[in-house]
Amino acid sequence: MRNIVAIAGKEFRGYLGSPSFYIIIALFLFITGYGFGWSPALFIESSIQGFLDWGSFFLLFLGPALTVRLFAEEEKLGTLELLLTAPVRDTEVVLGKFLAALGVFSVMLLLTLYYPLLLILFGHPDLGPMVSGYMGIFLLGTVFLSIGLFASSLTSNQIVTFVISSALVLFFWFIGEVGGMTGEGADRIFQLISLSTYFSDFGRGVIDNNGVIYYLSMVMVFLFLTIRSIETRRWR
Amino acid sequence: MIVAENLTKYYGSFPALKDVSFKVDQGEIVGFLGPNGAGKTTTLRILTGYIPPSSGTARVGGFDIRTQSLEVRKRIGYLPESVPLYKEMTVTSFLQFLATIRGVTGIRREDRIKEVIQICRLDEYSKSPISKLSKGYRQLVGIAQAIVHEPEVLILDEPTIGIDPRQVVHIRQLIKEYGQKHTVILSSHILPEVSQVCGRVMVMDQGRIVAVDRPENLAAGFGGPQHYEIEATGSEEKILALLQKIEGVLKVRVEGTGKTRRYLVESQTDRDIRDDLSSAIMEGGVRLLGLKSQDVSLEDIFLKLTTKEKE
Repeated sequence: MRNIVAIAGKEFRGYLGSPSFYIIIALFLFITGYGFGWSPALFIESSIQGFLDWGSFFLLFLGPALTVRLFAEEEKLGTLELLLTAPVRDTEVVLGKFLAALGVFSVMLLLTLYYPLLLILFGHPDLGPMVSGYMGIFLLGTVFLSIGLFASSLTSNQIVTFVISSALVLFFWFIGEVGGMTGEGADRIFQLISLSTYFSDFGRGVIDNNGVIYYLSMVMVFLFLTIRSIETRRWR
Repeated sequence: MIVAENLTKYYGSFPALKDVSFKVDQGEIVGFLGPNGAGKTTTLRILTGYIPPSSGTARVGGFDIRTQSLEVRKRIGYLPESVPLYKEMTVTSFLQFLATIRGVTGIRREDRIKEVIQICRLDEYSKSPISKLSKGYRQLVGIAQAIVHEPEVLILDEPTIGIDPRQVVHIRQLIKEYGQKHTVILSSHILPEVSQVCGRVMVMDQGRIVAVDRPENLAAGFGGPQHYEIEATGSEEKILALLQKIEGVLKVRVEGTGKTRRYLVESQTDRDIRDDLSSAIMEGGVRLLGLKSQDVSLEDIFLKLTTKEKE
């Protein structure tokens, strides 16, 4: 546990010390702010649907961007040798890094809390969809970060890492859309594994157990794969 | 302290390490010596648990590197060859992080960090980001992190490569001091370094250990003719005649011109004939300006050992 905290703390400070992190935050706030402010949903139903739509879209880029360096950079600089020869378990390394990424993502989400705050101050919003919407975007981000972390553990090349994690993220986001072209049986399966299907429920104020379970199991699967990937890199 | 048994490592189909066995006792400073690609780094990486052997195993402090890697890693401090450091961190925060993940925490951690910063003479730079430090100071930070948890075994891969001579001296002294109470393994292809610092040398070539001995024994065991260099003033014929009369002298070669010349004497015996040489010359009434034996250098041994296989 102490090791996880130490690694997470070190990575978290690493984010805060990196200029690109602030650019990502600024972009995130700009795009979600635009989405929130210009969405018809804001005026019609005083909801944060605009933020959720644009935010989830931006996450397709944010997840890979936040995680791309976590392992790839260490592998490239050789510092992974330092980390993996210290008496820490591979699981601790993976969880530490994951929690750091999750931490900065949470900070970014906290910074968007003024959208609902504005609504509460100046309108009469329905609180349910706001809470479930935030829960949805947090869970979605968690899934994307775990996918990005996994991709980062595969190679020392950050560009390759970014391509792999973007491909995975886009696949699981848009797979539901291709269903219409393939017939009913396949469509059902594609809908089931598509992250976007469940996400729209969250936005509507529905906390679907299946959605939560699916998102969390995706996180577990990718964290598990990351741990295995780090373990096997010792054997390569 | 360390027992390696039949370590073999393949990278794909390339054998980087072939059936290597060795022992290192507690409190020893052992050097792995060899050309690039000899398998030194591979051996060290296996000992530190970074990569597993393809076959064979090793025990560090009684713990098996394959099955008890975590216990082994607790007892080891390691500086990889490339000196990987988190460059955006300051020296102190870097050491704090590494001390923590190696199980040194609380007040003990802060005390120990102060101590290693002092030992490594990093006081001036303790608050500087590592990216601002010169190569030599980065190397010292690398050593500081390797000893911050006072490991029983210190493993250094090419610890003095590419840094200025004063710092080389400092680092060698650090290694010797640490080696008084702990076990140290280092690799190098700098021969004088190994002979100065290490109590025992393992010469590696092409994935094998080709010789193991104390540095001075390696030189002695090498056998062959001994060489002496004499500097003397006087007639060349007279001096040559005097020298050739001495028992055991095989060959004398003259170097230089003018009154003072150098005479390179090759003798057959292992016996030190400096005494014979000097008294012969003095008795002959020649002015002796200098006399020294040319030790067989580790370079010679090294070249001989590592080129033998190809012959």
